[in-house]
Order: sequence, then C-alpha cells, then structure tokens
Amino acid sequence: MFQNQYETVFILTPVLSDTQIKEAVEKFKKTLTDNGAELVHEEHWGLRKLAYTIQHKNTGYYQLFQYKADAKIVATLETDFKRDERVMRYLTTKLDKYALDYSDRRSKGLIGKKSSEPAKADKAEATTEENA
Amino acid sequence: MSLVNDPVDRKDTARKKYCRFKKAGIKFVDYKDPNFLLKFVNEQGKILPRRLTGNSLKFQRKVSVAIKRARHLALLPFVADGLK
Repeated sequence: MFQNQYETVFILTPVLSDTQIKEAVEKFKKTLTDNGAELVHEEHWGLRKLAYTIQHKNTGYYQLFQYKADAKIVATLETDFKRDERVMRYLTTKLDKYALDYSDRRSKGLIGKKSSEPAKADKAEATTEENA
Repeated sequence: MSLVNDPVDRKDTARKKYCRFKKAGIKFVDYKDPNFLLKFVNEQGKILPRRLTGNSLKFQRKVSVAIKRARHLALLPFVADGLK
C-alpha cells in the first residue's frame, strides 16, 4: 500500500525541563512508531521566540517529525497532541513531490546553509537588476 | 504653458514584472523559513498583493498558504507593528 509522507511541527511549553522535553518527544515518537509509521527525519529546533503569545508564553520548544505513514496515523497523533497539555501548537502537512525534494535537501543540510544561499543570491541579483 | 497634453518624458519606463520563483527555479515555498516569507508581507504582517510582488498566481497561492502556516506556528505574526 502506498504511504504518504507527512511532516509535523509542534511546539512544547517552555516550562518543561530538558529531560521532560526529551520524554515528551519520545512519547510522540513512540505513538508514531507503535502505529507503524516510519520516521524519516526529525529536527529539534530548541527554544524559540514566538511571534505572538500563546497561553501567555513568549517562547516554545519546536520539534519536527517527518514520517511515512498511513493517513489514519495523523488523526491518532493529533488526538495525542490535543490530550497533552504540554503541546501548545501543532501542524501536520502532507508532503508533495516538491516538498519531498525540498525536505530531502534540507535534511542533508543543503538548505539554509548553501542551497538557499544561491536562491537568496538570485533574489539579491534580481533586486539589484530591479534597481539598475 | 500649453493646454495640450504634452507627452511626459519618463526616463525609466515601466519595468516588466516577473515571478521570482519561476525565475530562480524555486519549486517549493517553505513555511518553516520565516525570514524568506518576510519578503511577501508588509510591515503590518499582511500578505502583499500580486500586483506588488509580481508572483505568478501559482506561486502567490503557495506563498499565501506558507505564510498562513507560518502564522499558525507563531513563526510569523498575525498582526504586527513595524515588522521591517
């Protein structure tokens, strides 16, 4: 059966300690793997400033999972998020072919360091052309 | 002063707009990159229209979805004052 790839980003409350964060992340990872999802990539962005306050908090721990799974698992995971008070926000997106290509390059560290630099340089050129 | 409408001599004629995604060959607009998406919002955090960004419809749609996702994850503000 063909499985889609999904990407989930969620924000944990900043009141947790490092071990509690690890525990929470492990818990959600476990819900994924227990339901037969294959974890492709994960990222921990760490404590980040929020653009606006959520539950009177200005910061939050961001965590990203990219996984291959059946569509049913997304619902299971999101129920878990809803039940867990430590999760402030979550967002799950289905990855299309362009997104897959992008996240592939991103996980290899090509984007944000190198690959997006030429893109940004392109843009810089474009703007200079505009000004010229 | 003549009453006839003289042709105005504009030095820089209107430049053709172009879609920067098509030009740079970008296929995917990432919602996780708020610094990039900042180019497509005004200083209040509103999404800029196509007539200003010059994006093609296809990419304007993708940009707007990406911005909305970024807002949900608090990577971009819904409302701001002096974002730039």
